Amino acid sequence: MTTTEFPVTRTCPFSPPAEYAEIREGDPISQVRLPDGHQAWVVSRHEDVRAVLNDRRFSSDRTNPDFPILVTGGAQFRRPDAEKAMISLDAPEHGPVRRAVLGEFTVRRMEALRPRIQEIVDERIDALLAGDGPADLVEALSLPVPSLVICEMLGVPYADHDFFQSKTATMLKRLAAPEERRAAVEAVQTYLDELITRKEAAPGDDLLGRQIVKAREEGTYRHGVLVANAFLLLLAGHETTANMISLGTVALLENPDQLAAIKADPGKTLDAVEELLRYFTIVDIATARLCVEDAEIGGVTIRAGEGVLALGYSANRDPRAFEDPDRLDIERGARHHVAFGFGPHQCLGQNLARMELQIVFDTLFSRIPGLKLATPVGELPFKDDAAIYGLYRLPVTW
Amino acid sequence: MKIIADTGKCVGAGQCVLTEPELFDQSEDDGTVIVLEEQPEGALIEKAREAVHVCPSQALTLQE
Repeated sequence: MTTTEFPVTRTCPFSPPAEYAEIREGDPISQVRLPDGHQAWVVSRHEDVRAVLNDRRFSSDRTNPDFPILVTGGAQFRRPDAEKAMISLDAPEHGPVRRAVLGEFTVRRMEALRPRIQEIVDERIDALLAGDGPADLVEALSLPVPSLVICEMLGVPYADHDFFQSKTATMLKRLAAPEERRAAVEAVQTYLDELITRKEAAPGDDLLGRQIVKAREEGTYRHGVLVANAFLLLLAGHETTANMISLGTVALLENPDQLAAIKADPGKTLDAVEELLRYFTIVDIATARLCVEDAEIGGVTIRAGEGVLALGYSANRDPRAFEDPDRLDIERGARHHVAFGFGPHQCLGQNLARMELQIVFDTLFSRIPGLKLATPVGELPFKDDAAIYGLYRLPVTW
Repeated sequence: MKIIADTGKCVGAGQCVLTEPELFDQSEDDGTVIVLEEQPEGALIEKAREAVHVCPSQALTLQE
């Protein structure tokens, strides 16, 4: 038997690589080979994926040299001398760092942002409609909306968006040359380092400013930690939602009956968002772990020192957890998917993402009812080579 | 039935609040769970079960 090479590139935008189902239905916890030649376990069933991601014996420390690496030259989005972002922390260090910012991301706080997000979406659609089309929806809507929102939240000048968007795109290219990725990481870290230094002198009423004030009051402030977490929030805050806006738009246009259902009843949009998150599961790479203490998962013993890939996309298409899993069904109402991960690291910004997607889809399809693809789906530039799946461009007309 | 929340385990994802805001809220300070109604009745019992199922850190349990 040949060992499967990971990561496996998606060949169809609407379904996982065939290897995922083969593994899940054949040998659901099995060994694969990584780009650097190391072996790692893949865990493919919903129940087992949730078990791994909520088990302290599996570490998130991406700085550990044994951590499974899925991109060329290492996936560490940090300078060697930089602090770890919370995504790389384990218990007990992880909890306090996450809790320090959690208050900024509660369901209630996100709800308070709704009017401003609606305004941002309306402005972008006004600008889109001011042209005659066709237009690239990625540039016109998908990227600017979450970028503007996260910039305003954090207190990062949106005027710098070309800079951090292009650097992020480089970081996420799985096959980028290691030195190219490192340079992109360093540029953004240096940028945030300087920005936060300025905020320290005059903390404003934004997330980064409030974090400085709060941590100073508690006597826990560390510049490097805030830089690391700002980096994570900026990157995760725009690139993920942007891709879901693009992919979700394509999926709804390709499934007119489902689009008609949310147009008829916007109360269904949030369910549609949840289903689109499950259906595309754009982030597969964030749920890698390193086993640090022998553990039995699904009847298989995983040893300390071994890497584990908890395959969220496979879990989200597991027929044991979702009936007819390969069908896009916005009425499914299933929220037990793992598109935001699971366990202590489950996406901090998930309720921001949900709200952005809900507002974008409701507004886009009501204000531009004649929206259609200007390029056939088969010819669209999907991000087959990126660590976060999505679309590079999405030409639309109306 | 009683809802038991372990705020030490809670990771503040807000999944419970999304499931049923009549039963759950989050602390404004650190985002962790606040149970608004410990003993759900009627249709809220099913919502409590769903919240337990989607909680990413198994911070919620039901005492039958």
